[in-house]
Amino acid sequence: MIEQAVPFTPQLTASPIAEILWLIPAVPMVAAGVIALLKQPRRTAAATLAIGSLGFSLLLSLVAFGHVLAGWSNQVAVRETVNFTWIQVGASTVDLGWVLDPLSAVMMVMVCFVGLLIFIYSTGYMAHDENFTRFFCFLALFAGAMLGVVIANSLLLLFMCWELVGLTSYLLIGFWYQKPSAAAAAKKAFLTTRVGDIFFLLGIVWLFNDTGTLLFYDHGAGSMEGFALAGLLSHHVALGLTVAGAIGLLIFAGAAGKSGQLPLHVWLPDAMEGPTPVSALIHAATMVAAGVYLIARVYPLMSAGMPLIRAGAVTGTTAALAVVTWIGAATAVFAALIAIAQNDIKRILAYSTVSQLGYMMAGLGLGGVAVGMFHLITHAFFKALLFLGAGSVIHGCCDEQDIRRMGGLKVDMPLTFITYAIGMLALCGFPLVFSGFWSKDGILEAAHSGAIQGPFYLLVFGALLTAFYMTRQVSYVFFGYWRGHHPAHESPGVMTVPLAILAFFAIALGAIGTPAWPWFRAFLDGRSAAFNWHGFAEPGLALLMLTSSLVVFLGIGLGIWLYGGKSPSPEEPDVLEKATPWLWAGLRDRLYVDEFYGATVIAFYGWWARAADWLDRWIWGGIVAAVAGFFGLWAKFNRLLDMHFVDGGFDKTCEEIATGGGLLARVQGGRVQIYLRILAIAVVVLAAILFWSSRA
Amino acid sequence: MNGLMTGAEAGFPILTLLTALPVAGAVIALFSGRHARGVALFTALISLVLALVVWTRLPADGTMGMVELHTWAPSIGVEYHLGVDGLGALMLVLSAIVTLMSVDAAHRVHHQPGLYYALVLLLQSGLFGSFTALNFFHWFLFWELSLIPAFFLIKLWGGPKRGPAATQFFVYTMAGSVALLLAFLAVFLSTGSMDFGQLADMAANGTLAQKVTAHLGAVMPWLAIGVLAGFAVKVPLMPFHTWLPNAYAEAPSPVTMLLTGAMSKMGVYGLLRIALPIFGPQIAAMRTPLLVLAVVTVVMGAWAAAAQKDLKRVFAYSSVNHLGYCLLGIFALAVPAGGAAASTSLGASQAAALNGVILQMFNHGITAAALFWFIAMIQMRTGGLRGLNDFGGLRKPAPVFAGLMGIALFSSLGLPGLNGFVGEFLIFRGVFPLSWISATVSVLGLLVTAAVILTVIQKVFAGPVPERWIQFPDLHASERMALAPAIGLMLLLGLVPQLIVDTVNPTVVNLLAHWRF
Repeated sequence: MIEQAVPFTPQLTASPIAEILWLIPAVPMVAAGVIALLKQPRRTAAATLAIGSLGFSLLLSLVAFGHVLAGWSNQVAVRETVNFTWIQVGASTVDLGWVLDPLSAVMMVMVCFVGLLIFIYSTGYMAHDENFTRFFCFLALFAGAMLGVVIANSLLLLFMCWELVGLTSYLLIGFWYQKPSAAAAAKKAFLTTRVGDIFFLLGIVWLFNDTGTLLFYDHGAGSMEGFALAGLLSHHVALGLTVAGAIGLLIFAGAAGKSGQLPLHVWLPDAMEGPTPVSALIHAATMVAAGVYLIARVYPLMSAGMPLIRAGAVTGTTAALAVVTWIGAATAVFAALIAIAQNDIKRILAYSTVSQLGYMMAGLGLGGVAVGMFHLITHAFFKALLFLGAGSVIHGCCDEQDIRRMGGLKVDMPLTFITYAIGMLALCGFPLVFSGFWSKDGILEAAHSGAIQGPFYLLVFGALLTAFYMTRQVSYVFFGYWRGHHPAHESPGVMTVPLAILAFFAIALGAIGTPAWPWFRAFLDGRSAAFNWHGFAEPGLALLMLTSSLVVFLGIGLGIWLYGGKSPSPEEPDVLEKATPWLWAGLRDRLYVDEFYGATVIAFYGWWARAADWLDRWIWGGIVAAVAGFFGLWAKFNRLLDMHFVDGGFDKTCEEIATGGGLLARVQGGRVQIYLRILAIAVVVLAAILFWSSRA
Repeated sequence: MNGLMTGAEAGFPILTLLTALPVAGAVIALFSGRHARGVALFTALISLVLALVVWTRLPADGTMGMVELHTWAPSIGVEYHLGVDGLGALMLVLSAIVTLMSVDAAHRVHHQPGLYYALVLLLQSGLFGSFTALNFFHWFLFWELSLIPAFFLIKLWGGPKRGPAATQFFVYTMAGSVALLLAFLAVFLSTGSMDFGQLADMAANGTLAQKVTAHLGAVMPWLAIGVLAGFAVKVPLMPFHTWLPNAYAEAPSPVTMLLTGAMSKMGVYGLLRIALPIFGPQIAAMRTPLLVLAVVTVVMGAWAAAAQKDLKRVFAYSSVNHLGYCLLGIFALAVPAGGAAASTSLGASQAAALNGVILQMFNHGITAAALFWFIAMIQMRTGGLRGLNDFGGLRKPAPVFAGLMGIALFSSLGLPGLNGFVGEFLIFRGVFPLSWISATVSVLGLLVTAAVILTVIQKVFAGPVPERWIQFPDLHASERMALAPAIGLMLLLGLVPQLIVDTVNPTVVNLLAHWRF
């Protein structure tokens, strides 16, 4: 239920906290620099620096959040920017800057908070790693870069931090660089996201050229503000697509790369080669959400020209948002299908992340910023929880990752089990109690009220699959009986306490986004929110909630029916595999997308590289060789003339050969001189021609 | 309006001094035997200081500074005319830095060290001379002069196939120079001037084409092609690049640093100082085919790098790709007057592209020189190995080496925050509105370059360490000290490019105000 819009007073001048907002990314980055200079054995110093710097950023984020919140409760829409000139080019400037508004405030608190918990968890998880110090250096650098993405008020600054995030992701996926698979996965991640990024870059330069600025907000002169957007809408590219739509789609390509959307999702499951805290922080909670955040940031551009936005309720779409919606919905189902047939505990979660990112994208496309962002925030907590829980399981099972070699862990690892179960139920969207239910429900509601119902059915089907594959995973891991080799043990407190905290938020966060008190949406949209029990009772909404609850029960029920309590041996085929081997094989092999790319894109790359090399060696090089050969022949011809007609006499030549090396060697050695002589003659002749023709 | 290359006279002939200094150093080095490296280091250091002095004392309005103008041989239009603006001074600084790096990198020259360092210094003098000369005769002298030491450095200290590589390099560049020379001969015969400033002013007001046509007929396009050919070979523009991989691979790595770091910039500089101001309309008329070649250079250069198995050849082709962006920017901004691509934002796009080109020249110089320096170190540690598949897991025994070379590699990849990104971003920002198809195809180059560089990292630094490299020595303190300034520069210029742009941008504005297409 949507409150009526109360016009909030805009707050644009930067307050002291906004002035120092740059410290939030800068402090972890500086910490990373310092850690980089530390010697490897300085473990405690490294961890302290990383955790301390992020703790500082969290405090500052909370103060900034408090500032925005205080403004909001006084009916002030805070959007404070600090901009500065980075480069002066010709008469114009390239400006960078940062922004404090509800969107950046919510995101920075989430990133700092989840990041801090994962940093602490990592001190336990990575305790025995010889490159502990380097790990925290990369983590801190990542946190700084990610926070830079969050506070950026310039598409260029965002892109720069975005690429740095990509770099740290590359470094952390390949952290165990001696494993060839990790090195390959790191490279694959960087390159796949860069495919999206080159489109993103084109979008940036296009936007820059057409609006003259890359700042988002600049007191009316920014690229996300009315004047610039009106200009972008007034031109069309082709097929009725406006310039705004075209730029929006280019930017979305970048977001799709980072957020693992079809068809660029292939890197994310492989990224699980990194240490598990990295998977939790970067490839579940924060970095992969950067694409979603980017679309939320440029939402004014994506939605420019939309028929009507009334009181935060989105009642229409644009070409760009329609693409975002469909890609998101398709990704949600596609990845959920693959997740069913995976046996690696982290890969299941990775595909689940891809799928949930699809929900967020669809939420943005259908319901606007608040809908997508709410799922982003709740997902960050419960997915970080699930990954850290998986890490705890892996740690407890002596680095076993195959769920078919686990089982019955609810007894051995009770804390991990309880928290994991909470995360799993939140991910499935178990009704009422869990945050995931409310955030997913917001997306389904937006999908249901859309003009086309296609995405809605896809997303509901995705919800069924989600509940099913998570039930399968939990049954294999925590129920049944133990099938591993070494006995499992519970993880230390430094790992389980972060789990408990995340579990608390996986439940509690739901409270800020229920239909009765849609605080989160009101906060982001700059409206006031009042508590109202009747929010639950709206007939359409109640029916929808009932539907989605039934779907979740169905998914969990199917899962329990097929997998509950059974602990098949690792060698035994899956229940579904027995029923439909061909379907199972397809899903297990990730629907052959990687193979398809291998046979097309990668093959083309290699083939074209060889073609470039071949062209060089044989065509261009061949032409040069032919020209050189011609001169060489001519030189020999000259020499022959010299010997037989000028010098006269074969005897002398024989003498020459006898005394001073072979004829061929002389030709070889003398080639430069011959060339030079020919060139000199040519120059003189041409100069003479020019000279005489000019006098004529 | 003032002429393009008029400017403040120098009170003190600092540019002459700068050019003469390495020659003096070369003479001393030649006769100082095993102390030659010290002499060369000292000379290079003083040159850098002088170049920085020049850089800081440029006129703020972007016009020529430190001008020296004396009559030399007036009957044939030859004057002693020197001067630098932001572009020239930046190239002086770059040449000085790269020479210093190169001398620093050349640790162990056993065979005739005196001659080696003397030739390096002579090459530096050639660079300085050609970046300061404003008269064709004078400029051409140094342009050719730089070729001779480079030839002998490759020929005498190069790899196993150095003979053919040196010859190919020399003859190929020479052929380009001949075309260039003939074109300028024609211009001189028609106008009686060899002064770049006078010729540019004539070109701007249209009298140049009139005079040439009156004397020689409609040859202006052919003269432009001749001039372009000279520079196309030097930069290089595909398909005039086939000398480059062999020369870069066979030259000793410190010489390759000079070839790619500084000498390749002579070609780009020539396009900006000579070709565009004097033959603007002719180049603008050939814009489309030239853009096609530039895009081919960017894309195929990157792809050819992907096919190489020798690290030096990988980075040789990668250099072709990186300088291709400069060519792309240069040809894109040569928009024919009144053409379809001319629009209200034309000036802003041209300024962005040109700033980007000049930044890219400098940044590529630093980064490419650093990369070949790292290769020199790898070769020194492994007895000359440099195959892509010869290594593996080197990050384990040599973490600092891997880290610092990693920074240089990512700079080459164009990672934001490092120097390589800024120029490429500005070039794309400028080129996209001027020729969106070229920009859109050329971004492929960014992707392929990334693939190439990550492959290098993967093959050299990642994976298990082979038995024989377990003892691979990491960088020792003196090497770290030597590399630190270069790496620091990459970070500094990536974060604060305004340090350079402050001086370059006024020159860009000045140049664009005078050029006519």
